[in-house]
Amino acid sequence: MKKILSKAYLYLLLLVIYAPIAIIILYSFTDSKSIGQWKGFSFNLYTSLFRGEAQHAATISSAITNTLIIAVIAAAISTILGSIAAVGIYNMRGKSRQAIQFTNNIPMINPDIITGISLFLLFVSLGISGGYVTVVLAHITFCTPYVVLSVMPRLRQMNSNIYEAALDLGATPSQAFFKVLVPEIRPGMISGFILAFTLSIDDFAVTLFTKGSNGLETLSTYIYADARKGGLTPELRALVSIIFFTVLILLIIINIRSSRMEKGNR
Amino acid sequence: MKSPVFLMKRSNWAIPYALFLALFVVIPLFLIAVYAFRNTSGGFTLANFTKFFTQSEALNTFIYSIGIALVTTGVCILVGYPAAYILSNSELTKGRALVILFILPMWINILMRSLATVALFDFMHIKLGEGALIFGLSYDFLPFMIYPIYNTILKIDKSYLEAARDLGATRFQSFTHVILPLSVPGIVSGILMVFLPTISTFAISEILTLNTKRLFGSIIQDNMMMSDTMNYGAALSLVMLVIIGITTVLTGDKGSSDQTALI
Repeated sequence: MKKILSKAYLYLLLLVIYAPIAIIILYSFTDSKSIGQWKGFSFNLYTSLFRGEAQHAATISSAITNTLIIAVIAAAISTILGSIAAVGIYNMRGKSRQAIQFTNNIPMINPDIITGISLFLLFVSLGISGGYVTVVLAHITFCTPYVVLSVMPRLRQMNSNIYEAALDLGATPSQAFFKVLVPEIRPGMISGFILAFTLSIDDFAVTLFTKGSNGLETLSTYIYADARKGGLTPELRALVSIIFFTVLILLIIINIRSSRMEKGNR
Repeated sequence: MKSPVFLMKRSNWAIPYALFLALFVVIPLFLIAVYAFRNTSGGFTLANFTKFFTQSEALNTFIYSIGIALVTTGVCILVGYPAAYILSNSELTKGRALVILFILPMWINILMRSLATVALFDFMHIKLGEGALIFGLSYDFLPFMIYPIYNTILKIDKSYLEAARDLGATRFQSFTHVILPLSVPGIVSGILMVFLPTISTFAISEILTLNTKRLFGSIIQDNMMMSDTMNYGAALSLVMLVIIGITTVLTGDKGSSDQTALI
């Protein structure tokens, strides 16, 4: 009885959680202006999204491109910066280590709006006008802490003598880095990269404050502008559905990877 | 091939990132304080703060936001705790698939989730407003409550429960005396991850209430976006930062470790 009640509670909650998303996905397969009016099954919203026939197709597709370009660049730089930093922090001791770890936590604790505003003020003070560069720098700022934290466990698990041995056997630090250290921490780097990529795509508030006024739009700022005008462009329902499944697949990959890593360590 | 000496010392590898953090995290936060105590011509002033405490709009919104955030956090605990408890009980749920289903929404853009809530309300012909706001915010932040609590309960040593049972505790007693106290750190980090983002939320409240109810975040954003009220916006952000500081100190900074627990 208890078991049935518990399961019923979980499934009821899941139903509530997924109902809104399910409605959007359902209505992405009909060519109607608003949700709630069903005009027969069709792929029209998807085809017009990709063919660029939607009302604001040009802006939607440029928003998608911007989002992806920013995410790839920010995730790549964060992964490199964060991995090197993790090695450094791992070998640090005492107060300086505490200080850098504390600072590393700040972007994770701060609400997005504070991160966004603080960076906005930085760029204003430096006289840098908002655009690609500022958005990418801002994304690196909130992505890198997560990379550091996903590389750290790999360093704790590895035998640090291997790296010393490589140096003793005549490897240069860069050889030892690329041939010994990187293969050891690679799983953490890949998880960190995927995480940074997802965070960057997902971001709204920080992008809004750092994108400047030159018309740079990412998906989330575009959706915001669109929703503000009242009503969602129908094609966005198709887009939300695609994003939902992409995130689902990415998350499954991350979880399979991490459970494999756990098993490997046992 | 000779390499620079400082590269040999691996602790130095953190230096580039330390500089990066100083420039993009520490200095920007100080800038909020600097701007908050400045007037538009750059001189020192306290006017931005007196404006906040005397002008009813911002102050009322601030109090209203805290109220909404408290309600949202309460709803998330009441709904999320049982879910986390059931999920962590391996007799009832096998494997991680169900857990993933619960945390998956965490990774979908919050604007999209809010728009989905609006779609649901439209679909069911329910009017948008305060109810929709609380439902939408709880909906948006529920995974952030479930996950830390789930993680904490999962880590509780099950032999404590067996000991409680052996010593004659009922199921209910062993829950209230063992599980609940030991899961407090999870609840605390859940509160941290729900309460703070809720106060600072903007855009979402506008979407969920058709722009009739505004939260503190919206006021900050409005002022920040215009150059003549930027300093006032900075002062409001500083108030927000103080709230974050107080909440973090009160909760003993337990939240940060759970945010990356997913990976």
